[in-house]
Amino acid sequence: MSEETRILIRSEYDIVTARQQVRELCMTLHFSSGEQTLVATCVSELARNIVEYAGSGEIITGLTRNTDEEGIVIIAEDKGPGIPNIELAMKDGYSTSKGLGLGLPGSKRIMDEFAIVSKTGKGTTVTVKKWKKP
Amino acid sequence: MSIPILRQGSYLIASIQSSPSDSEWREMGQQLAERVGKLRSRGVVVDVTVLDLIDSFAARTLREIAQTVKLRGAEPVIVGIQPDVAFSMVQLGLTLGDIETELDLEEGMAMLDAILRDGRTNV
Repeated sequence: MSEETRILIRSEYDIVTARQQVRELCMTLHFSSGEQTLVATCVSELARNIVEYAGSGEIITGLTRNTDEEGIVIIAEDKGPGIPNIELAMKDGYSTSKGLGLGLPGSKRIMDEFAIVSKTGKGTTVTVKKWKKP
Repeated sequence: MSIPILRQGSYLIASIQSSPSDSEWREMGQQLAERVGKLRSRGVVVDVTVLDLIDSFAARTLREIAQTVKLRGAEPVIVGIQPDVAFSMVQLGLTLGDIETELDLEEGMAMLDAILRDGRTNV
């Protein structure tokens, strides 16, 4: 990952910062406004999860490329309580807070790649990617 | 800065500013619930034209505000959801439940006029 930016997420205000940051990054790759909105919404969901469940964490954004594509990578990292049952957390409509339970499954739907690693008592890392459509 | 709420005849119009904070959302909901009673408003238009995204938090909040307005006896309508925002909400699986939505402020007011004139069943 190149040109990595780290955004500290400690309150709801940082969610807005993360959203704006990722939109700017999307613009450098000339993502369509529709794609920008999808990626920014995903970041909003991931950052909201950090504030809601872990209290604080980081959103790391950067550019990535494979053999013939360029894209954006976003890592949401926290040292919170972790997710005891990932399978359940990935189900539409499942939530342990007041949320709609669409944050994680929704983010998976709107991004091209999605990976989640979580250890109870250690924290959660969600990595998502969106490739630039040629 | 709080979200401005205007009175237009028997309606209230709340114009959401870009990226409201959680407390601004909450305050707007409370203000609308109070003013519906104080001003005896019949309808409430929540204008989200400038919102560049609606995530699950915003969708839930809009739903709660509309339900509160309805419980206070006024008709809520949400207007101005942008094309990209609508597309993204569908991808994410977000809905506003059975809350009325209209293209823009003008259409929202026209819909309220129709509901209040003819009753809900004829709309």
